Amino acid sequence: MTKAASKETPLIVESLWDRLARFPWWLVAIILVLIGSAYFVATNESYQASLLFIVQGISITVQTTLYAYALALVIGLIMGLGRVSRNVIFSNIARFYVEVVRGIPMLVLIFYIAFVAVVDFAGFFGVAGRDVPMNVRAIIALAVTYGAFLAEIFRAGIQSIDRGQMEAARSLGMSYTKAMRYVILPQAIRNVLPALGNDFVAMLKDSSLVSVLAVRDITQVARLHAGSTFRFREAYTVLAVLYLSMTLVLSALVQWLERRLHAGRK
Amino acid sequence: MPVASKPIIEIKSLHKTFGKDVHALRGVDLLVERGKVVVIVGPSGSGKSTLLRCINHLEVETHGEVWVDGKRLNEKNKDIDEIRAEIGMVFQLFNLFPHLTVLENIMLAQRVVRGRGKAEAEEVAKKQLERVGISEKAHSFPAQLSGGQQQRVAIARALAMNPKIMLFDEPTSALDPEMIKEVLDVMLDLAKDGMTMIVVTHEMGFARVAADQVIFMDQGLVVEQGTPQQIFNNPTQDRTKLFLSQILQH
Ligand SMILES: Nc1ncnc2c1ncn2[C@@H]1O[C@H](COP(=O)(O)OP(=O)(O)OP(=O)(O)O)[C@@H](O)[C@H]1O
Ligand SMILES: [Mg+2]
Repeated sequence: MTKAASKETPLIVESLWDRLARFPWWLVAIILVLIGSAYFVATNESYQASLLFIVQGISITVQTTLYAYALALVIGLIMGLGRVSRNVIFSNIARFYVEVVRGIPMLVLIFYIAFVAVVDFAGFFGVAGRDVPMNVRAIIALAVTYGAFLAEIFRAGIQSIDRGQMEAARSLGMSYTKAMRYVILPQAIRNVLPALGNDFVAMLKDSSLVSVLAVRDITQVARLHAGSTFRFREAYTVLAVLYLSMTLVLSALVQWLERRLHAGRK
Repeated sequence: MPVASKPIIEIKSLHKTFGKDVHALRGVDLLVERGKVVVIVGPSGSGKSTLLRCINHLEVETHGEVWVDGKRLNEKNKDIDEIRAEIGMVFQLFNLFPHLTVLENIMLAQRVVRGRGKAEAEEVAKKQLERVGISEKAHSFPAQLSGGQQQRVAIARALAMNPKIMLFDEPTSALDPEMIKEVLDVMLDLAKDGMTMIVVTHEMGFARVAADQVIFMDQGLVVEQGTPQQIFNNPTQDRTKLFLSQILQH
């Protein structure tokens, strides 16, 4: 009798311990770090100087990321379509590209693209390699690298769509291209939006690698600042906190988007 | 005149293999006259779907010939899209486009294949929706419809292309019993209107009423064909008798 009763009444009162355990302490810690950094910057002159100097690189970081991501989306979509294509040449080119890029460290790839591939490519069109600005080379290098990741995301997205969708579209007389464009891709892209968002955040971080090309993004500017003032602690703390703030905001945005999409879906 | 009297579908010794081992069709011959309703029955795995899918080249034949409306289908067909536009297909699982509303589902191919303007495509879509009896769902998404409603939208989507032939692959098999009739009624109307139809189904009632010709398939071959009376009342082949006795037990 008592047993049955205790079974039916769920434990409504959560123990204090459970609630403490579920609390997002990590978030509090991050917020504390951010507040602490703000406090340092507000009260400490050398942190202030570092921030003012490093912030000059923000627009390059943001621009590089945005342009490179836009270009990577185009490359990724084309190569993703290649990965699922029945055209032997197209699909082999796409596979080759993806495998090569994924098999080389990003840093090495960036060097290679910026100093070898872009130069050769420019030369092919009769342009001297040194006339291609480093900013542009950095964008191309990042885009080519991320294009391979995005290609795999698009491939997975396309393959996640039921075969019956393509068959229904084709049975109505649509060509493969039309079926892709109007039926498959709209569904596939919607499915991979969260993954695309995550890679955007990842690219923002990896854009720091272009500092090796002497592109004056926040990482490069921070290095210059640290080297000339010997304020390594201040420069790199400010740099890290800047990246952290940007990625936190972006991740939150991506999550919000994901939740909205999820709510919109039946 | 001789063109009109020619069968709209002509299939000659059609073979289809999947890989090395699966021989789904082993030499099927079939003639379908314009305006006739052909019902294909047979046990699971007998090749009914494969035969249907060869008619609009969703499957490419391994051997043999498929002629549709005087045109031979083959792998190099540049005009396969045009041929398919004349052949409506209705699938067991509806295959509506989930990201589009009902109306958009019916308008899409009209616009991008037939090249109709928005107003015309919408008018045709609404007319077809009315025909299948769900005008009120025009702005719903497929996921908001019952199975029977979805299948009727799928039929409307195919009809909006003004096809010469309609193929149905077990259009009611995925439906709850109470929804089967609403779909069959639409199909009966279509048959009365003189549409050429090839229907794979287990609904023997539909076959009796609507079919001009019933085809019994087994193991990749047409075993027996004739009028519904012949096939259902006086089957000559043992395999047909066996199959019918199993079906009727259900
Ligand atoms: N894409 C495919 N790959 C390999 N084998 C296949 C494929 N499609 C069909 N088959 C095989 O071909 C044979 C005929 O299949 P089909 O789908 O035409 O039969 P069916 O008569 O439609 O059966 P059901 O009543 O179960 O739908 C089966 O053995 C099936 O497993
Ligand atoms: Mg089948």
